[in-house]
Amino acid sequence: MSAIGHEHGDDHGHDDGHHHHKQTFVTKYIFSTDHKMISKQYFITGVMVMGFIGIAMSLMFRMQLAWPGEAFPIFETLLGKWAPDGVMDADIYLSLVTIHGTIMVFFVLTAGLSGTFSNLLIPLQIGARDMASGFLNMLSYWMFFISSVIMLISLFVEAGPASAGWTIYPPLSALPMAQSGSGMGMTLWLVSMAIFIASSLLGSLNFIVTVINLRTKGMSMTRLPLTIWAFFVTAIIGVISFPVLLSAALLLIMDRSFGTSFFLSDIFIQGEVLHYQGGSPVLYEHLFWFLGHPEVYIVILPAMGIVSEVMSVNSRKPIFGYRAMIASILAIAFLSTIVWGHHMFISGMNPFLGSVFTFTTLLIAIPSAVKAFNWITTLWKGNLQMNPGMLFSIAMVSTFITGGLTGIILGDSALDINVHDTYFVVAHFHLVMGISALYGLFAGVYHWFPKMFEGKMMNKNLGYVHFWITAVGSYGIFFPMHFIGMAGVPRRYYENTAFPMFDEMTNIQVLMTVFALITAGAQLVFAYNFISSIFYGKKGPKNPWKATTLEWTAEVKHIHGNWDGPIPHVHRWPYDYSKTDENGEYVIPGQDFVPQTVPLQEDEEELQH
Amino acid sequence: MTTLLTLTVLILVAVAIWQMTKIFELSQLRTETAQIANDKDNKNNGYLMLVFLVFIYGITIFSFWKYGKFLLPESSSAHGAEYDSLMLWSFVIIFIVQTITQFLLHYYAYKYKGKKGKKALFFADNNMLEAIWTIIPVIVLAGLILWGLYTWTDIMDINDDDDPLVVELYAQQFNWTARYGGADNVLGGANVRMIDIDKANVLGLDEGDSYASDDVIVKELHLPVGRKVNFKFRSQDVLHSAYFPHFRAQMNCVPGMTTEFSFTPITTTAEIRQNPDVIDKVERTNKIRAERAANGEPNSDPWEYDYILLCNKICGKSHYNMQMKIIVETEEEYNEWMKTQRTFGQTMASMQ
Repeated sequence: MSAIGHEHGDDHGHDDGHHHHKQTFVTKYIFSTDHKMISKQYFITGVMVMGFIGIAMSLMFRMQLAWPGEAFPIFETLLGKWAPDGVMDADIYLSLVTIHGTIMVFFVLTAGLSGTFSNLLIPLQIGARDMASGFLNMLSYWMFFISSVIMLISLFVEAGPASAGWTIYPPLSALPMAQSGSGMGMTLWLVSMAIFIASSLLGSLNFIVTVINLRTKGMSMTRLPLTIWAFFVTAIIGVISFPVLLSAALLLIMDRSFGTSFFLSDIFIQGEVLHYQGGSPVLYEHLFWFLGHPEVYIVILPAMGIVSEVMSVNSRKPIFGYRAMIASILAIAFLSTIVWGHHMFISGMNPFLGSVFTFTTLLIAIPSAVKAFNWITTLWKGNLQMNPGMLFSIAMVSTFITGGLTGIILGDSALDINVHDTYFVVAHFHLVMGISALYGLFAGVYHWFPKMFEGKMMNKNLGYVHFWITAVGSYGIFFPMHFIGMAGVPRRYYENTAFPMFDEMTNIQVLMTVFALITAGAQLVFAYNFISSIFYGKKGPKNPWKATTLEWTAEVKHIHGNWDGPIPHVHRWPYDYSKTDENGEYVIPGQDFVPQTVPLQEDEEELQH
Repeated sequence: MTTLLTLTVLILVAVAIWQMTKIFELSQLRTETAQIANDKDNKNNGYLMLVFLVFIYGITIFSFWKYGKFLLPESSSAHGAEYDSLMLWSFVIIFIVQTITQFLLHYYAYKYKGKKGKKALFFADNNMLEAIWTIIPVIVLAGLILWGLYTWTDIMDINDDDDPLVVELYAQQFNWTARYGGADNVLGGANVRMIDIDKANVLGLDEGDSYASDDVIVKELHLPVGRKVNFKFRSQDVLHSAYFPHFRAQMNCVPGMTTEFSFTPITTTAEIRQNPDVIDKVERTNKIRAERAANGEPNSDPWEYDYILLCNKICGKSHYNMQMKIIVETEEEYNEWMKTQRTFGQTMASMQ
């Protein structure tokens, strides 16, 4: 097989000869350099382990919010000394909120989503035998693994895990005397994140190089599936912005441990004046959000790519406005790096700067609107195949619109004044990037499960159960949440009982918590389906969704190098679904899709999409 | 009640898992294509999409009907009216777009649900359509941006016109202190390095500064109605945020720098208590509190409506209870109250 590989081997020749290596358990399942295995490792660590821990945390603090001060035996079991007699402590409440945010944003939706699907799909969809550097890829995963382990270890330190909010604004995060979580817990948080950033950078660089260099013959940039475009651009903004977070983390480490004053000045705490002089917490906020805002697009762009692909396949129609979709990805990516100040309108930053950030922020609504309308038009006059992946894709568009629209309010500096840091923000970003990105992730899992596990398929009926409960539950949690935000309830309050003006909102809190518990229950359905399908799932056809893209031409069985024979060549764009000739006949009679590997037929015109 | 709810949820989850196991067994069919949606799945889920559209509209209407009354009453500051109408119009636009797009999305999902043998339309591009839905958001957003920026510049323009009252709000874990400029309406110099707890100089005022000696330091914020107030914010330890929801005002308190915000209160505490929405709210809340009292639960004293200053930036363990009462009163009442306060100089003298 290596001999055949040489035929088109001008830039794929490097992996020849690897194919017959005897794989030991360690090289196959643990220190694997194969992108398919690494993708599964990312998924299992990021989503199945970290994700479920993150969700469990959210359930605990949601219960505290609905029934403040109530004793739950489960709290005592899980939180130990932090929940004496089952009543949650205020410090651990903040820790749970902090670690929930950190895990969900970075570990689940960055590593779990982008790590899984970029790794799985980039080589398979561009027609490459593996990533540009399998070794760096392995390194990237294992650094992610170490960072996850350190984050989990931080949950068990004496004084408690980090609890300054996932944005860890100093001085709160810098001074152990300001809160107990800012001691060892915060140190471990920072170390974990520093390693995470290194992991993310290695992964992103690999993705970029692979997409640029290893596309198969005929796979021009304008023939790439939108998934690849999304992963590619995501990797680029990751490379641009993550290093800035690293610098923020390093400066914070220095302030904490070596007495520098980058972010601290004029502090009097616990009866004494500290020596810090001349630093500014606002500087930290700038550095943090310089990553923090692109980060939400690092989270949502891969989901958008996945949804575009899954929706097109299941609509049996080309994605509407392919080039506009690419342009909007690029526009969103560009704008995402110049809007970070909208998190800081009332931070004490110069109001003029606020005006500039309002302008750039509201501009992002334009490419986002284009994407939403293009998705809706993709459904129009389609032949929609309601597979679970498709349902999640449709629902992603729904939550993206609902959550995105309230961004018009938060991005407007004037309107932000009164809803900043309230539950309105929490509702907004959970819908627009949390739930939407998770829907993208689920769409991807249901759709590409056969590629991850050698042709096995997930159970569709369990998928439907999972989907419908999740879809109803997510709106049930986050829609009413806007109202308590508009009523002025601040986020990160351990309980709202100190303010009689919030008394009458307890009922909404209970409603949201009940929805959260039910929705989380539905995720167990997914976990069950996922795990049992790995072992007992039935094999489907080689190309179960009748898709045009290259991954479905690769071997069902996982082999190193993906294609047993030569790498296929590409002759057309990836969205020739239901394409007909003048007589209204499909290009390939009896088949409503034309794989990318099929050359243009006689008289067939390639549309310049 | 809570136990019941928890139990119900647990039972429901158990039932769900049991049902799932059954479904899983039932659906383990032999055929290769068993896990791919067939016409029946398309039909069922297509209809459910329509039901889901009704659900989205339903939860929207339900929330407005049930929770709409929880929203803040009309603004008690001069700039708040403009804020509220910008908010209202933004919401009008949002709801129009939300209603239309969700309808199209879910209706198409229902209408075009797949059937074997059906031909989808190969419709890859249309410049006209793309142009329309690029230009419409551009126009709408341009309007919102201009209006928003105009309002923002207006609100954030902090100046000394109209003889503003100068008030410092001082934040620390976990309480607020207010300082008035006194007779000269000028705040004396201060820095955390001059804090002297033993002498009760808790805000770190410069004892040698003549502007400082007539400053008045209090734990309850009194404001005269109709007079512009220029707030200066300081924090001594971590970030805090001074949040005045009733006045549509908020500003972070940052250690190491002084931040500013300015607004004019236009409704006194006595007046806002007569606002019909507020009367209703107090009635509802006191009903809840009376129930609590009957059950011997805490937080059950009858409540009287007050303006409140909250901390809205995570600041540590008791962040959730960092508050200060704000009283807006007539000029005369304010002056009366101010007369009864001790100045910083008097406090220092009494410590000697």
